[in-house]
Amino acid sequence: MRHVIIGTGPAGVTAAETLKKLDPGSVVTMIGDEPEPPYSRMAIPYLLIDQIVESGTYLRKNSDHYKELGISHVEGSVDSINQEKSEVNLHGGTTTVGYDRLLIASGSTPVTPPIEGVDHPLVSSCWTLEDARRISEVAKPNTDVVLMGAGFIGCIILEALAKSGANLTVIEMEDRMVPRMMNDTAGNLIKDWCESRGVSVNTSTRVESILEDGRGLSVTLSDGKSIPADLVVSATGVKPNIGFLDGTDIKTDLGILVNRQMQTSDPHIYAAGDVAQGKDFSSEEFSVQAIQPTAVEHGQLAAKNMFGLKNAIHQGSVNMNVLDTLGLISSSFGLWMGIENGESCELLNKERFRYINLQFCEDVLVGATSLGLTEHVGVLRGLIQTKTKLGVWKDRLMEDPTKIMEAYLGSTHAIGHNANIMK
Amino acid sequence: MLKSLQLEPEKCTGCLQCEMACSYENEGVFNPAKSRIKVFNFHDEGRFAPYTCTQCTEAWCLHACPVEAIVVNESTGAKEVIEDVCVGCKVCTIACPFGTVNYNTDSGKVMKCDLCGGEPACADACPTAAITYVDSSFTGLDRMKSHAEQTIPKS
Repeated sequence: MRHVIIGTGPAGVTAAETLKKLDPGSVVTMIGDEPEPPYSRMAIPYLLIDQIVESGTYLRKNSDHYKELGISHVEGSVDSINQEKSEVNLHGGTTTVGYDRLLIASGSTPVTPPIEGVDHPLVSSCWTLEDARRISEVAKPNTDVVLMGAGFIGCIILEALAKSGANLTVIEMEDRMVPRMMNDTAGNLIKDWCESRGVSVNTSTRVESILEDGRGLSVTLSDGKSIPADLVVSATGVKPNIGFLDGTDIKTDLGILVNRQMQTSDPHIYAAGDVAQGKDFSSEEFSVQAIQPTAVEHGQLAAKNMFGLKNAIHQGSVNMNVLDTLGLISSSFGLWMGIENGESCELLNKERFRYINLQFCEDVLVGATSLGLTEHVGVLRGLIQTKTKLGVWKDRLMEDPTKIMEAYLGSTHAIGHNANIMK
Repeated sequence: MLKSLQLEPEKCTGCLQCEMACSYENEGVFNPAKSRIKVFNFHDEGRFAPYTCTQCTEAWCLHACPVEAIVVNESTGAKEVIEDVCVGCKVCTIACPFGTVNYNTDSGKVMKCDLCGGEPACADACPTAAITYVDSSFTGLDRMKSHAEQTIPKS
């Protein structure tokens, strides 16, 4: 069996390893379009602040890891897929790779906002190792850096940019920071926190143009102000890499549509990770989550189904994020925005930047948001995914939402070795 | 044979010796906030429940780690954080459904129970044998279930 995987991110690598484990005799080929060993974009901020060297971003640390497993890694950008011949074309059609099963785990790419001057060489996204090298050359102490976008990715690199010693200004068009991960209270507390630490944050503001002036760039904002910049970092969102699907009949919507076996509309082709519109645990709808744990889950599931395992059905991934903005840790899970006719409770300490918000459907936790919580935070995921009936603990949480571990221990019997409560 | 921590909440008096021992063993300080094992206080019932990582077979933390900083210790079965490799992204802290991987703000890394390499300090320190280190086959889920059921009233 020839398994071909487009993409060498967490979904692609996990799938390749899972396939080799299930079917050691199969031929597994990963195709990646970057001249690097498979690495984690999540680790780039730590590279920017010199906490790690480039090899610290690699998904697997043994340089012979793939060779030892018998996984081949082809470098090249995929141009097209020929479904009739079961072939992937790359290098401008000069190379073809034949497949029996194909996995598309091609990830996503930053979108370029339609702004005058956005194609200037001093405007960069912060998405690849190559981007990181470019940014760390320019973002030095006392330089002026403008960050466009304070979504999850913007906020992840915000800390690194601030720590570089640059004068950082953040521009976000929505009315708070991380609007797709944090509610109004939390998003604005993160903004207050960043401002109290010397980062200028402009919400409800757009960048109108980026023009070169005598000494660098001049960034004009929607409020009429112009600010100088030595570097503009663009983090205004990402889109799935699906351009090479042109000419195929593979169905797409926000990403590649997959069923609960991670199979696309072509039964020989699967999709996983940021590019796949997979099942969301909470909404039970199919959406693009584009987060690390979901990419890994997708990769494992896709591989099992490509191998032909029965009963490898996706139960849905819980959407969740954790963020560190200049030392303020925030997280959100599931339906953090709440549900119609649901109940919620929250506890806020503005001075200490502590916040927790829980969302319930009857006595089941369905979503949560936290700020300043670094202990036992994963139990929020556990409570959501196990749909644990909290009973009397629901009322206790309504009184004191910090008692999440007590509620979990009190309403399950999971104390012990290999307590398989997630099955 | 693999061994695992057996936690018997009904024997726990809430003395917090385990937290002190864990913190001292792993961080060199007596600070319960740095402990990987935690004793939860059920005021209403007047009961205590020690809890830490179960070294679960699913290993949610290990799979979620983007930089291979969590590995299985083949001799103890523990899922261990390699501090030098951990970048501090905290994805494992939200991925662990048991809430037993915590972020250490001082080190900027995550921490979890590693069974102290096979000699868990918490079990040594517990004066009432509420925490013992026993053969894994001895600690069936059912056994733990019944202990927990006796101890913490269900709704």
